[in-house]
Amino acid sequence: MSADTRFGVGITCPVPIRPQESVLLGHGSGGKLSSELVRNIFLPAFQNPILERLDDQAIVEVNGSRLAFTTDSFVVKPLFFPGGDIGRLAVNGTVNDLAMGGAQPLFLSLAFILEEGFPIEMLRQVVESIRVAGSVAGVAVVTGDTKVVEKGCGDGLFVNTSGIGLVSRDLRLSADRARPGDIVLLSGTIGDHGIAILSQREGLEFDSEICSDTTALHRLVADMLEVSREIRCLRDPTRGGLSSSLNEIAERSKVSVELHESAIPIRDEVQGACEMLGLDPLYVANEGKLIAIMDPAAAEPVLEAMRRNPAGRDARIIGKVTEGNPGLVTMRTKLGTSRIVDLLAGDQLPRIC
Amino acid sequence: MKYLDEYRDERIARNLVTQIARRVSCPWVIMEICGGQTHTLMRFGIDELLPAEVEMVHGPGCPVCVTPLEMIDKAIAIASQPGVTLISYGDMLRVPGSRTDLFHVKAHGGDVRIVYSPTEALKFARANPDRKVVFFAVGFETTAPANAMTVWQAKREGLRNLSMLASHVLVPPAIRALLSSSRNRVQGFIGPGHVCTVMGYREYEDLVHEFRVPIVVGGFEPVDLLEAILMLVTQLEAGRAELENQYARSVTYQGNRQAQTILGEVFEVCDRKWRGIGGIPESGLSLREEYADFDADRIFGTEQVTAEEPSECISAEVLQGLKKPTDCSQFARRCTPETPLGAPMVSSEGACAAYYQYRRHMVATSSGGQ
Repeated sequence: MSADTRFGVGITCPVPIRPQESVLLGHGSGGKLSSELVRNIFLPAFQNPILERLDDQAIVEVNGSRLAFTTDSFVVKPLFFPGGDIGRLAVNGTVNDLAMGGAQPLFLSLAFILEEGFPIEMLRQVVESIRVAGSVAGVAVVTGDTKVVEKGCGDGLFVNTSGIGLVSRDLRLSADRARPGDIVLLSGTIGDHGIAILSQREGLEFDSEICSDTTALHRLVADMLEVSREIRCLRDPTRGGLSSSLNEIAERSKVSVELHESAIPIRDEVQGACEMLGLDPLYVANEGKLIAIMDPAAAEPVLEAMRRNPAGRDARIIGKVTEGNPGLVTMRTKLGTSRIVDLLAGDQLPRIC
Repeated sequence: MKYLDEYRDERIARNLVTQIARRVSCPWVIMEICGGQTHTLMRFGIDELLPAEVEMVHGPGCPVCVTPLEMIDKAIAIASQPGVTLISYGDMLRVPGSRTDLFHVKAHGGDVRIVYSPTEALKFARANPDRKVVFFAVGFETTAPANAMTVWQAKREGLRNLSMLASHVLVPPAIRALLSSSRNRVQGFIGPGHVCTVMGYREYEDLVHEFRVPIVVGGFEPVDLLEAILMLVTQLEAGRAELENQYARSVTYQGNRQAQTILGEVFEVCDRKWRGIGGIPESGLSLREEYADFDADRIFGTEQVTAEEPSECISAEVLQGLKKPTDCSQFARRCTPETPLGAPMVSSEGACAAYYQYRRHMVATSSGGQ
């Protein structure tokens, strides 16, 4: 069995890995590899000013109405996890992408890719979960599609949802609107969803009480916008976590963002799991949190409005926008020192020790 | 959080910094051995807090970084074979071999999986008797006992489809090699807390006496490291060279006897090549002859695979504390975590990666943005 010893023999230099050669899991991580795909493959093909804003949703004008339009695919494993399931995620994820544009979500489409052999009973459970989540969020599923692939060509069930919502005429929320002097608000604890999923993953299972935070955020956004229009940008820090969203804002607005470590709320269980696995909670996914960039003058009423809503109960100011190095996110540590909060290349990986 | 917040407490940390500053009267070079300690130093900016006299240099204790290139090539060769499931720790998958990495092997259809514990490989092998399951076992004395236990258990169960590609390394021989070098600058070591949790710290006695160098076994939180630095500075200023244990909440003199027993049952000491440093005698662990049937290197015929490292990487100097990552002309230019040219940039615990991740902005500012 020496056929494969040719690998590595006589080769002297590690040729830099070219991520473009094939799709890696990291291309779906929301980090540098993901943005490379967008920049190198998608944007050049579809150049238009709406797409180029690169926000979580497109805002389009149709006959005098401003519509928010977005789409998202869900491939989470396991399908059912503490605090939610793929169905709930598919509704809340798309609702939240609309909400981050300040939209009132109205309609959803729902498309399934099912693998041959997938239990109908499980599909029924996912559909019921979608029904309940849609009803809670006040959005209607108005169109859909189903495809079935051969056994082995899918992973049980994938879901795609697209959503449409209405945006009021005078509202402009975008990642390129952050200005030096603005503050950064966060609606609650970070990392809950990612750690809840990780605790169930094959090979990494551990006992924990941590539940996913999946929830629809459009009512929280409405509460915030009702008290102030000084909000410049909203983002829900999903995959890639708080760090990826803030890096994106810093880059798009050509500003620097400085976080305060001691201000960022993290549950003890999440912090503990992250320590154990060697992960940084700043990069762990959330499905029911938002960050807001806004004028500090209007911060208090917005924070109060957030805290009155259960989805924003733990809202607080976690940092500020500065002139600094454009595109750079830094953090003042608990020890009073400063460090970079970088955009990761791909997914965070559990460390060896 | 218990055992976390108190070790990241600003007041306690500042107090330790003040004590270090008071005690220090001349320049000292201190090396932290573990990659985890390097990571904490950078993540919390501890070296920013220290007085200028205390220079921290970063040791070779990142298991991913020091795994030789040829081992990665072997793992890639094995994972590329049909019917094989290669299982390893997450951060091994990103490490570039000579041509590619395990993530790319996975993308091209190779069955490569991440686990947190090697016992998961055991479970997978039991459940999938038709797969040839290979566990890529890397790390220091810390991960070795659990890996040993996996092979021991597989043998006991008569599991025929599990094997191990073992690339374990040992800390004391690496310290010996550093101290024996004529270019050595290190005057005191923060010993490896996790390694000593398993092995105890008695095996560092000889080094302390032979080389008259203080070693303080240290933990991984900011307060742990500052306390260890204070203990080292106190010794150095007093002209003492002793073995001390800062990480007493985890480390004992004798260590974990059970872990040591299983380690000795399955592995034996061997010479080992370290990425970035080269060969160090008696610095690794390989499977004993009784476990030869579980040796993936033999089973898959990869014993002859060798590879040389690129000459432009200065990792040998970085891993010996002779240079800082930022002294490298390619740092943050051609050499980044996405396109690493050498060992210390590949894992988040590597010195270069830690500088890149947490300190790039300061480098850019101090070097005029070159």
